[in-house]
Amino acid sequence: MLEQFPNIYEQQRRNRRKTVIIMALFVLFFAFLGYGFDLFYLDNDPIGVLGEARTAFPIATAAALLLGGGMSLWGLQSGAKAVLSSAGAFPVPENDPQYRTLVNVVDEMVIASGEPRPRIYVIPDDDPNAFATGKDPAHSHIAVTRGLLKTLSREELQGVVAHEMSHVKNYDIRVMTVIAALVGASLLLSDWARMGMRFGVMGSGGKKGRDSRGGVGGLIALILLALWIIAIILAPLLSQILAMAVSRQREYLADASGAELTRNPLALAKALEKIEFADEPTQSVKKGSAHLCIVDPLGRKANLKEGAIANLFATHPPIFKRITLLRAMAYQYQPAPMKD
Amino acid sequence: MALTIFLVVFGVLVIWIIAKYNSLVTLRNQVQNGWRQIDVQLKRRHDLIPNLVNAVKGFMQFEQDTLRQVIEARNAAVSAKGVADAAAKEGELTAVLSRLFALVENYPQLKSNENVKQLQEELTSTENKVSFARQFYNDIATKFNIDQQVFPGNIIANLFKFQRSELFQVEKAEEREVPTVDLTLKK
Repeated sequence: MLEQFPNIYEQQRRNRRKTVIIMALFVLFFAFLGYGFDLFYLDNDPIGVLGEARTAFPIATAAALLLGGGMSLWGLQSGAKAVLSSAGAFPVPENDPQYRTLVNVVDEMVIASGEPRPRIYVIPDDDPNAFATGKDPAHSHIAVTRGLLKTLSREELQGVVAHEMSHVKNYDIRVMTVIAALVGASLLLSDWARMGMRFGVMGSGGKKGRDSRGGVGGLIALILLALWIIAIILAPLLSQILAMAVSRQREYLADASGAELTRNPLALAKALEKIEFADEPTQSVKKGSAHLCIVDPLGRKANLKEGAIANLFATHPPIFKRITLLRAMAYQYQPAPMKD
Repeated sequence: MALTIFLVVFGVLVIWIIAKYNSLVTLRNQVQNGWRQIDVQLKRRHDLIPNLVNAVKGFMQFEQDTLRQVIEARNAAVSAKGVADAAAKEGELTAVLSRLFALVENYPQLKSNENVKQLQEELTSTENKVSFARQFYNDIATKFNIDQQVFPGNIIANLFKFQRSELFQVEKAEEREVPTVDLTLKK
């Protein structure tokens, strides 16, 4: 188990590498969807996938990539606000004694991490949960539910805030915001393509091109068309699977680097246990922002199991595995009592 | 040809020296900033303690000794000079403070007093901030010291007379221990 998570820097490196690969997959996926539009709707084929190259500009490919890029930018600009307001979060009244502990705990983690101070929000929901969002550490937001403040001790709350602060520090908040936007963009693309099919625009331009070529070109075109239609239909699903993959990796990392901040992994382990056993779903958090939370707000079974299928669809790693890993970390901290 | 090679090697060397020097200066500033962070929190703790003592004084006639020790340790810590001295005196202050916190547990009126609760939360948080600031300071100071000692950076460090930073160490083992409470004190 420990070989799998050698140390925090190695984990951060692996995470960054995986994120780059997944982002590249998204770009390729968008380019593929866009090029299909070009081929089958607009009869553009500038790189000559179906025989000789035609010189037209791949308008749809460019449009698909622009859509993905544009939605990512928009997400970075106003995604955090949208997520916070959809969860009904309100900024914490700093001097209210009721929330003093929360504000103090966040300040402690700001000092421990050396990052700028995030804005703090409370969600009026009785189920314990928390999330972080934002563009970068200088524009970050941490939200916790009222239930979390009620359920956890000070130490456990510190563990959870450290986990969220790590999401900020590791730029997870930015990656997750961009990925949420990309999932949205692929939904849009898929919808438009299906609408196009229904109105039968397809093929009107392509036919005359294909007739002039031999049978092999026609076959390739047919296979491509079939692949493209499958991709269009599966686009929302595939992009969600990619997003989940990123999200799961980042939860482990945030647990580990959170423990690095507090030097107290057991507190977070205890907090996760408590959060898990308060099993009602977090009503205020909408499905679209589930991957941001410290534990899955929807209480889906997939997050409890291991295995290929569960791994594909869970936003979070199995909570028991997270707790075991944190306990192992606590054990690693233990054997050398500080003598100075 | 030989001249070109010489110039290139020389140029790379100069760039490396500049980069190394700048990174050491950056680290030195971060270390100083880390120390200021600790300082801010220590000052806040020194300001909070008299308030707490005043708030609990009336209820805790039997603990005058502890209260006096807290004030004395606080005054000693205020007048500390330098990193090592501050670390020692703050360590003592932490120890007597946790003794006071443990005693407060014995007084139900105190535990339920809003003002005392508020002050205790502030002090607990300040204690935590001190230790997290110390953790951050020690991490960055260790990095600064290592960068000055490893080859070939040590040449630059010696050339420009960089000084190693002192670590903020906890002097006494008792600071880490949970204070034991004598329950016979309870009324």
